[in-house]
Amino acid sequence: MEMRKIVKIVLSAAFIIGSLFLLQSLLVPKYMSEVVEGRLIAEYYGEEKDHDVIFIGDCEVYENFSPKVLWENYGINSYIRGSAQQLIWQSYYLLEDTLRYETPDAIVFNILAMQYNQPQKEAYNRMTLEGMKWSVSKVNAIRASMTRDEKFLDYVFPLLRYHARWSKLEKEDVEYLFRTEKMSHNGYYMRVDVKPAENVPEGKILADYRFGENAYAYLDKMTALCKEKGIQLILVKAPSLYPYWYDEWEAQMEDYAEKNGLLYVNFLELMKETGLDFSKDTYDAGLHLNLSGAEKISAYFGEILRNEAGIKDRRGEEKLKAQWKEKIMFYEKEKERLYLEEKERKKT
Amino acid sequence: MLFTSYEFVGFLLLLLIVYYLIPKKYQWQFLLAAGYVFYFMAGAYCLLYIIVTTVTIYLLACKIENLRIEQEDFLKENKAVLSKEEKKLFKNGIKRKQWRALLIGLFCNLGILAVVKYTNFAIYNVNMALYLFGSGKQLGFFDIALPMGISFYTFQALGYMIDVYRGAVKAERNPFRFALFVSFFPQLVQGPISRFDDLRKTLYQEHPFDIKTVSFGLQRILWGFFKKLVIADRILVGVNEIVQNPESYGGAYVFVGMLFYALELYADFTGGIDITIGVAQTLGITVIENFNRPYFSKSIKEYWRRWHITMGTWFTDYIFYPISVCKPMLQFSKFSREHFGEVIGKRMPVYVSSFAVWLATGIWHGASWNFVVWGLGNWALIMLSQELAPLYRKFHEGVDGLVNRHAERKFVLENTGYYRFFQIIRTIFLMSCLRSFDCYRDVPLTFRMLGTMFRDKNWHILWDGSLLTLGLTGIDYAVLSGGLFLLIFVSLLQRSGSIRERIAKKPYPVRFAVWFLLFLTVLLMGAYGIGYDASQFIYNQF
Repeated sequence: MEMRKIVKIVLSAAFIIGSLFLLQSLLVPKYMSEVVEGRLIAEYYGEEKDHDVIFIGDCEVYENFSPKVLWENYGINSYIRGSAQQLIWQSYYLLEDTLRYETPDAIVFNILAMQYNQPQKEAYNRMTLEGMKWSVSKVNAIRASMTRDEKFLDYVFPLLRYHARWSKLEKEDVEYLFRTEKMSHNGYYMRVDVKPAENVPEGKILADYRFGENAYAYLDKMTALCKEKGIQLILVKAPSLYPYWYDEWEAQMEDYAEKNGLLYVNFLELMKETGLDFSKDTYDAGLHLNLSGAEKISAYFGEILRNEAGIKDRRGEEKLKAQWKEKIMFYEKEKERLYLEEKERKKT
Repeated sequence: MLFTSYEFVGFLLLLLIVYYLIPKKYQWQFLLAAGYVFYFMAGAYCLLYIIVTTVTIYLLACKIENLRIEQEDFLKENKAVLSKEEKKLFKNGIKRKQWRALLIGLFCNLGILAVVKYTNFAIYNVNMALYLFGSGKQLGFFDIALPMGISFYTFQALGYMIDVYRGAVKAERNPFRFALFVSFFPQLVQGPISRFDDLRKTLYQEHPFDIKTVSFGLQRILWGFFKKLVIADRILVGVNEIVQNPESYGGAYVFVGMLFYALELYADFTGGIDITIGVAQTLGITVIENFNRPYFSKSIKEYWRRWHITMGTWFTDYIFYPISVCKPMLQFSKFSREHFGEVIGKRMPVYVSSFAVWLATGIWHGASWNFVVWGLGNWALIMLSQELAPLYRKFHEGVDGLVNRHAERKFVLENTGYYRFFQIIRTIFLMSCLRSFDCYRDVPLTFRMLGTMFRDKNWHILWDGSLLTLGLTGIDYAVLSGGLFLLIFVSLLQRSGSIRERIAKKPYPVRFAVWFLLFLTVLLMGAYGIGYDASQFIYNQF
């Protein structure tokens, strides 16, 4: 083949690939000003991987626990790998993914996801899976999570999924084309607004209260993996008032924890001890906690992590101290900004 | 496997790589295997049907030809000893045997088609009859899955057998080569209905890799994707909204729905055929064209010469002509001339033959009364326009004469651009009215909805923003308008030859820009993926 032809082919291919890459970067959602939950999973990769505790689970972890409080009060260096409606198989593969980078002392898993035995919604899948770096774990997570209409190829080339977003592009799509900003505080998504829980709905009567086989299979896998790596698996049920947590579910989890020798903490039963007040500690009437609620819970849970799980205080480590100094500054600044915004909002 | 699915794109890429890497003498065998894989992926049961058709038609066509050879040999050997009468007797005997073989082939394959496609329609009619006669009994429907493209490959195979019977083509003696003719996968989805003589010219040849042929094929596929994904599947939302909610969308909405459906059907069907022809071309195989800019037709008759051409010629060759020249028809013609006079008597056989063709066309399109009425509606309009031709002529002569009295140059209304434009619009409108039978639930509802178009006075919906409530946004309308403009532009350019050839002569950056822009348009504006319903090609179901 002539040299000219080769150059032509190479340049054309480079142009096509470059254009498609640019388009993909432009069209994928940035999750910066809205639905910021979509950013959470990806932020982990920019972190120093030296955590003592990793939280995994759905919104009940990333809204309800503050790693900053755990550090300040107990010297526990923790991170939350949480995402909206994170399904248990996603939690398992996120755990696998995390263990590629570090081996923490404890994994805290929020068990609300046990209620789902099948893939649920594509939008939530995307928010969890798109942020993961490519690995066998990500491939397996996608395969386990896809709903009937989803295609694996759409995850490999998100442009295929978001191709129609060209008509809905916003300023942030250009602004964050090649850069991003930290949205969470070690995976914690801060909210300071208040919407008291007033009429908390009772749970509907279910046909079957048993958790599904698939859900149990992944919980078993999670337990086995933690055992194999010498990590303590702690099961928690965050204090969110709904989705409703049934007594039958509670019994199954207590039973599972006992059989497998796991620590299980149900915060719904610890309202008094944690000091939670649902007239001011929630921003959406009991579904999630706001900052004051999350800080109360974290302060209480720190005790458990220290006393029952034996997580050590690392406040003496200079490197960590320096890292956290910066993080706390960001945390406090954000807190101040949000309170100010909230004040303004109330005025209007 | 939909043509517009990721799976098909992957299948095609893999196929092309292997096809051009293997020794060329194995290419057609490989295509046969690929066709069966493609068909298997549509459902394992589909394979059984296509194999039965292949085996029966192959054996019977060979039998028909063997009888002909037997006749030729016998007559040659006994030329001297046989009398004219004996020869005729022998020939008739052979003809009868050939006819029997043909009938078996027709019976078997049309029987399969009838069972899988029309059983439930028959049950529906029996139930209606039972109901009308006051019987409380109703028969249950069968759950019969329609094999993909069964009408297409059955008609293609039957056409071959009839051609062998007529001595127009030689029977293919290699069963695998014949199997490839029946199962050539690009055609399995929605035709065209190829003739053996046309397809075999390139189907079994060795095809070395030729960058121009493959590029042209890929370009044609891309154009098909554009029509299907950017236009057809986008406007489908609006069509469905209108026709599935007739109580909410009467009057001008029916008119809008008709036009939307005209565009959808054109983009869907011609897009599918573009993909078919393009795929075949990437393999070095020439598949016959099925459309010739049908929306530029000036009459319904012309429209049917330019729309789904292979189906039209199939019905003409294998139904219209045989009926026109069969013995009972000749007798009927004689009877008509004697009883109705020369003028009407001469036309009667044409009316009856074309009635049969349009009835068959309607039934072929779908197992419902809607399609029967649609087919017969076409027949009625074509016959009517033929009968009114002298009246039109008089009208034109009158207008021409009136204008010519005052004009300096000779005026002929029929030759003016305005009149031609009127004819085109008239044809589109009439065809769209007929196609409404294709859309609405049943025949009475279709008539009722067409009636509202002339009765309801809600034409304001065309400009007051009501069209934005049909599930289509302003962006959708913008994309559709752009797409329609491009379709018309390309159709006009096609009159003066191949556009791909013309683009290929341009400098590389221009060529690259044209095809890359079309690719980006399909990629970004195509109605595919989650949020859009992956729609089957409309003709797939036939």
